[in-house]
Amino acid sequence: MTAPLSMKALRALFPVLEEKVHGKPLIYLDNAATAQVPTVVQQAIADFYTTYRANVNRGVHYLSQKATDAHEAARERVRRFLNAAASEEVIFTSGTTDSINLVAFTWGRQNLSKGDTVLVSAIEHHANIVPWQIVCEEKGASLLVIPVDDRGVLDQTEFDKLLEKGPKLLALTHVSNALGTINPVKEMIAKAKSRGIVTLLDGAQSVPHLKVDVQDLGCDFLAFSGHKIHGPTGIGILYGRRELLESMPVWKGGGDMISTVTFEKTTWNELPWKFEAGTPNIEGGIGLGAAIEFVESVGLDRIAAREHELLEYATPKLLEIPGLRILGTAPEKVAVLSFVIDGVHPYDTGVLLDQLGIAVRTGHHCAQPVMDRYGVPGTIRASLAFYNTEEEIDALVAGLRRVVGMLK
Amino acid sequence: MIDFTGTVEEREARLEALLGGYSDWMERYEEIIKLGNTLEAYPDEHRDEKYKVKGCQSQVWLHPEVRDGVVHFDADSDAAITRGLIAMLVAILSDRPAAEIAKASLGFMDRLGLKEHLSPTRSNGLSAMVKQMKLYALVLAQRG
Repeated sequence: MTAPLSMKALRALFPVLEEKVHGKPLIYLDNAATAQVPTVVQQAIADFYTTYRANVNRGVHYLSQKATDAHEAARERVRRFLNAAASEEVIFTSGTTDSINLVAFTWGRQNLSKGDTVLVSAIEHHANIVPWQIVCEEKGASLLVIPVDDRGVLDQTEFDKLLEKGPKLLALTHVSNALGTINPVKEMIAKAKSRGIVTLLDGAQSVPHLKVDVQDLGCDFLAFSGHKIHGPTGIGILYGRRELLESMPVWKGGGDMISTVTFEKTTWNELPWKFEAGTPNIEGGIGLGAAIEFVESVGLDRIAAREHELLEYATPKLLEIPGLRILGTAPEKVAVLSFVIDGVHPYDTGVLLDQLGIAVRTGHHCAQPVMDRYGVPGTIRASLAFYNTEEEIDALVAGLRRVVGMLK
Repeated sequence: MIDFTGTVEEREARLEALLGGYSDWMERYEEIIKLGNTLEAYPDEHRDEKYKVKGCQSQVWLHPEVRDGVVHFDADSDAAITRGLIAMLVAILSDRPAAEIAKASLGFMDRLGLKEHLSPTRSNGLSAMVKQMKLYALVLAQRG
């Protein structure tokens, strides 16, 4: 067995980090939006294009078989990564948003009716609010919202009370994209399950950073995206418990998802293809498989430890900037630093930091209810990955000081 | 402060001379932010949804008014750079005849390299602001 690569050597596997932006070295701190892709993942996608690109599932020829094998191997890798019971429970989608919509428009339409409720939290991404609102509107159901305290921690007493109201579904984010809070999802899912409530976990911000074992957590559904776990964009996963997936109606119709088609009656394919209409994003699936292989080779424990180290380094340094306030100070959080600075608009800060080569996210982060909760129009968000360095954080702090000086 | 009188083209030339003097964008932004301070106080009675320009990450208000046969613009934003950008447009287009505003080519934006900031997908909404000002001018020109 070869010795594990050092963090410096791992960083070198991400060529984009060597880019210059506006003549300055790129400092990429927008990982919660999209994490960069290592060369091994790029190579896996390039290999597909250069040596075996063909359609999957239907062809009898060599390339099609090879592409199908690679695509299904990626599904199996995802299954193992999540510790799902069977690969039929792993459905390829275009991303977290698509995965949640799939559940909303199949399970939701089938199971929600007038007067029913769906329980979400106050720190959900729009992707885990809007699909439920659409279905609730259609069915005469409504949303219940678990409140959050000033630190960004969900109120468990209120959660218990809301469970008493008998929601049909708990749709909960594992980790908040805007605040970084890690929710105690295992306990919350157990409480919901004991009352027969179906549970969906938005894992977009957790799967890349924490060990997520669907059987251990006990969730019925889990959604996540490829691009946040160092994989390609336009690919994601919906994990669903087989029993539920089997009982759900189909959503999108087309090729691959059918068993037999006649003009009188069409029958559906078995899982997982029942939910995968049309030619899938084959290179996306293969790339996602390679990305997970990469993350496993580095080790999620090591990734989490390094990111935590960077968070601990960055937090006090940022707080030294006069007027800076961090939103999201939960004791359990990932390396997301969301902040506002008195008298300075996040947008101005983002534009000027960009001129210094520093990529951060500004705005409401697709979580307007979170912004409303804290009474801010938006924040500046630096989200770290294991390949970031202390020097980059120092550059962010120096950049912020310069920018604040210009704006105040 | 520079003189923003004369035709749209004359004003453009003076702005170009001012901002073109900087090759470093940090310095240019500093100058743009300063331009924001030249805006007249925005009338509070027009600080509402109706006069908001959509498509910006920050809030922008823009109010047109015909004064003595020319179109006068008042504008404001809660972000300093956006405020500077809208101030720049106001300095160039305000108090000119509606027809001149509607057909202004605003070539200075290309020449200053502001074009990259003009793309409709950029969050600063510069293109939305230009579009809104021209739309107001078109409507007012038609009213004669």
